[in-house]
Amino acid sequence: MKPALQRRLPLFVTAGIFLLLFAIAGVSYKHFCSTRNVVNLFTDNASLGIIAVGMTLVIFTGGIDLSVGAVAGFTTIFTASLITNHGVAPPVAALAALALGAGYGALMGVFIQVFRQPPFLVTLAGMFFARGCAYCVGTQSTDIPDPLYQVLSEYELPLTAKVGIPLPGLIFMAVFIFGYLLAHHTRYGRNLLAIGGNEQSALLMGLPVGAAKIGVYTLCSALAALAGLVNTLYTTSGNPNFGIGLELDAIAVVVIGGTLLTGGRGHLFGTLFGLLILGTIRNALYFDGTLSPFWGSIVVGLLLLGFILLQRLLLRRTRAA
Amino acid sequence: MNATADSPPPLLALRGIVKKFTGVTALTGVDFTVRAGEIHALLGENGAGKSTLIKVLTGVYPPDGGEMRLAGAAIRPRSPKDAETLGISTVYQEVNLIPTLSVAENIGLGRQRSFLGLLNWRALRRHAREALARLDLECDVDAELGALPLAWQQMVAIARALDLRAKLLVLDEPTASLDEKEVAELFRIMRRLRAEGLGIVFVTHFLDQVYAVSDRITILRNGELVGEYPAAELPRLALVSKMLGREVRDEEGRTTRDEPAAKAVEPSAAPLLEVRNLGRRGALHSLNFALRAGEVTGLAGLLGSGRTETARLLFGIDRADSGDISVRGAPVRFASPRQAIRHGLAFCSEDRKTEGILPNLSVRENIIFALQAKRGAWRILARAEQDRLAAHYIQALRIKTPGPEVPVKNLSGGNQQKVLLARWLATQPALIILDEPTRGIDVGAKAEIEQLIAKLRGEGLAVLFISSEIEEVVRTSTRVIVLRERRWAAELAGAEIELPRLLRLMAGGSAA
Amino acid sequence: MTTRRTAPRFRSPVWWPLAGILLLVLINIAYELAHKPGVFPEFLRVTWQDGHFFGMPVDIFNEGSRCLVLALGMTLVIATGGIDLSVGSVMAIAGSVAAVLLRQGDSLALVLGAALAVSLLCGLANGVLVAGARVQPIVATLILMVAGRGIAQLITNGDVIIIDRGSFAFLGNGFVLGVPFAPLLVALLYLGAGALLRRSALGLFIEALGDNETASRFAGLASARVKLCVYAACGFGAGVAGLLAASNIRAADSYRAGENMELDAIFAVVVGGTALSGGRFTLLGSFVGAVLLQTLTTTMYNLGVPPAVAPVPKAVLIITVCLFQSETTRRWLAARWRRPAPAPA
Repeated sequence: MKPALQRRLPLFVTAGIFLLLFAIAGVSYKHFCSTRNVVNLFTDNASLGIIAVGMTLVIFTGGIDLSVGAVAGFTTIFTASLITNHGVAPPVAALAALALGAGYGALMGVFIQVFRQPPFLVTLAGMFFARGCAYCVGTQSTDIPDPLYQVLSEYELPLTAKVGIPLPGLIFMAVFIFGYLLAHHTRYGRNLLAIGGNEQSALLMGLPVGAAKIGVYTLCSALAALAGLVNTLYTTSGNPNFGIGLELDAIAVVVIGGTLLTGGRGHLFGTLFGLLILGTIRNALYFDGTLSPFWGSIVVGLLLLGFILLQRLLLRRTRAA
Repeated sequence: MNATADSPPPLLALRGIVKKFTGVTALTGVDFTVRAGEIHALLGENGAGKSTLIKVLTGVYPPDGGEMRLAGAAIRPRSPKDAETLGISTVYQEVNLIPTLSVAENIGLGRQRSFLGLLNWRALRRHAREALARLDLECDVDAELGALPLAWQQMVAIARALDLRAKLLVLDEPTASLDEKEVAELFRIMRRLRAEGLGIVFVTHFLDQVYAVSDRITILRNGELVGEYPAAELPRLALVSKMLGREVRDEEGRTTRDEPAAKAVEPSAAPLLEVRNLGRRGALHSLNFALRAGEVTGLAGLLGSGRTETARLLFGIDRADSGDISVRGAPVRFASPRQAIRHGLAFCSEDRKTEGILPNLSVRENIIFALQAKRGAWRILARAEQDRLAAHYIQALRIKTPGPEVPVKNLSGGNQQKVLLARWLATQPALIILDEPTRGIDVGAKAEIEQLIAKLRGEGLAVLFISSEIEEVVRTSTRVIVLRERRWAAELAGAEIELPRLLRLMAGGSAA
Repeated sequence: MTTRRTAPRFRSPVWWPLAGILLLVLINIAYELAHKPGVFPEFLRVTWQDGHFFGMPVDIFNEGSRCLVLALGMTLVIATGGIDLSVGSVMAIAGSVAAVLLRQGDSLALVLGAALAVSLLCGLANGVLVAGARVQPIVATLILMVAGRGIAQLITNGDVIIIDRGSFAFLGNGFVLGVPFAPLLVALLYLGAGALLRRSALGLFIEALGDNETASRFAGLASARVKLCVYAACGFGAGVAGLLAASNIRAADSYRAGENMELDAIFAVVVGGTALSGGRFTLLGSFVGAVLLQTLTTTMYNLGVPPAVAPVPKAVLIITVCLFQSETTRRWLAARWRRPAPAPA
């Protein structure tokens, strides 16, 4: 098999599985393939998608970020509180939230890089802290009756005569394109993969490893904050409970997309397909109505298992070369 | 290669380099000169200071004394990146590249050309192909680096190193895992680069290769410079003697420093372990020998001759590609050390840090560990028995430790070695493989270990004794197998075991 | 459980979480005395009521029993250099299995046996992935963590099943001689595990595996077997925790059972002095670590802090512990006290 093809094998498998699942669902359920439903696939999973992009970049370096769900949840209630309870203008509140998210990520990045703490532990603490802070800001869901928000949440970019793409979907697409370009067409993105491939070598090759690592955690947290903002648009409210378990979903999406958890290998399109697979499964279960929705997590778990074993198989083959 | 009085300054001139670490001086006043358009071999046995010198040269360590000049200008590289910018590029044995990225990416990593931040992939590929073409190489630049054979990975590393307008190329043990064809290819590239005026430092321990491609040779021993010689004027035997610091005359006489060989003991009739055609790609070629109870078989050879590889194959750590092993006449195939141990083998590794000690566990726990592993989880050794064993070996091997409950990482290297030895002796094996058991041990303790080996032999153990110290091998062994460049070279028994002959066999080539 | 103390510079690692508990107790006392002067602090008060001990200290051990038993298995897994993220989901599975079988009318013995057997199987599945397929522990257990919750929900068909069997409710709510049953059981498990690990060579094997896996294998350790054991044990412990949890609320909530508990367990182990990288472990440390965690939660409650905010001090605590264990911090502190820095290798 051509080497270029073999490298991309996991990606093709993921894409294939998505198309297969989508085809099966499309045949089984009426209206599954409708434009509205496809658009919903992107919109409903926009927050998860944005987080997954950031998570992919972190995992490229061989790290992990468990705090993203909590940061997203914090952002929603923080923004809602600023706008509703303190009369801050939405754009200002949004900027403040993003800045806070970025700063938080940078802080975690410093602990990981400078103090050489395992990313798992640091971001775990980060998750606890952010979630606790979210509850400090507010313990219950807070509406955002701001008029600008209402306008934005109802906005749709017209696609066909009847269907348009709402803002969350658009933002996700923009983030994805940004992530894709960053990962596959900039020096920074290639450096991230290099660090994950072999950090020692990357250092010896003169790459700015420290700065890159702190940067990627900053970016990931900022994207988590953005995901929170997108959720406020989606629900026109802030909820400190938002995002519980979202980091796990993101990790599952990334792994199913073919990115190795050990770092150094992966493709952002894989994450996209992983997201679509997850979305399709959940969507199909909803359409079905008869199948228990819990099959969702089980199928995801099985997919994870399958992909991990596939990855191990491929790894063993390349090592033997 | 002319040496007239007013020739331009040498490409690289290190003078009086000193490097100290706490408690040990790694380099004492070493000079090292490399000329442009020359391949210069750097040789020395373990602990000679080769790798330290290279690390100083490439900016990993700052020197504590001496000066470095590149093309006449004084330099002081502060990091590998610094050294690279100055024009000193290094390719390591482990090929410090990114295995998960493609060839083209590895060559261009960190220096890709971009427009408005976006990479130009086509230019990257073209650039990589050009870099490889400079070495007359061609390959699919989109292939994943890790999937290529090691030889190719090294060439990619060289291509990347050269890409930076390197003036001096340092190759650190580049041929260790290459086969003959790949070595020939590497040499072709080296000669081409030499013709272009590059200076090449070739660190290796394969003497054949040194003579095949080097112009001059620098020898280090114990952190000191022994000398610098044109390759054509230094015969092999002289080279080996200088490396080992041994005075060797030719067959006419033996020196007074030689020790008489250990008296031969009547070996038992049937061999305990027999090896036929044993080999492993990239590590060993077709070995044949037998080990007998009551015999100490020394395995002699220069660094890289395949001694440890042999031990690993015997003990089940590595899998053989060819040949077979039989124990007490029955063929065996060890898939793991555990199986080898069950057949009565023991292996005291030379790399005690990664393969030997359990650093945070106590001396007692380290000593009884292999025995306990053999017995399984449920037949636990009673604490009293453990204490007795620990005390016994601490005394028998004179292990210097504040007590048996101290974590073994607190002990000195030599004492750690003794703990490991105790661990294996406690399993009462039939065959014990000792790989550099006296490395890092003081003279007095060395003698103790030698006496211990003799005692074990007397008790009927079969011992495979690997050591870089030739006199030790001569003194302790009743039979010696000589390996050279991963092949069986010779086998000596009893009175045949003498130092000059051994050295000649290890060095190879013609005796003159 | 090993008897020797490891940390050469800071005495025993167990002192730290103990000191933490002491600090929390003092904070509570100070707070209460400030607000209700002259009254004996509620935090320390233990009375006899309704035929059993009663009071906050009792609650701490009762509520903390689930985390305690999780920490037991987690200690062993972490000691081998691995980790188990699936314990929360396994808890949910165990609770679901028990609830469904109880509803069917099966005997208590059968119910407990089945639930524990399923949990053991889950642990074994993890072990097979880690030891057999050589998958990274974090990845391998992530799979069960994701799928397990769905399995638990499938078993109960998404319902929250109420349990009204008195004998089952005893597990999480009953008292033996005035002492709550759950912490008693857990304490027994700790003692039993400690004895087992010391009477057999398992404790030594686990520590060796985590300390230097290559050296252990070269010395003849059956490393795969040991790993299978620890993951199975961890799964079993999760099963016990799941049964206690379901019994405590008298229901099987497959959505929320065991939520975030794996993180609490890891936290307890790390704070207790077992390094995340493996090697020497201390069951006593994990016990104290879990008690510390629960004390923290109860302190928050006592101080009137909304329960949702409790994670914040948890996070601060983890980071502080990590910093103390960090090499960089030690070097920085050493430089300030002008001790000589270690030489490069």
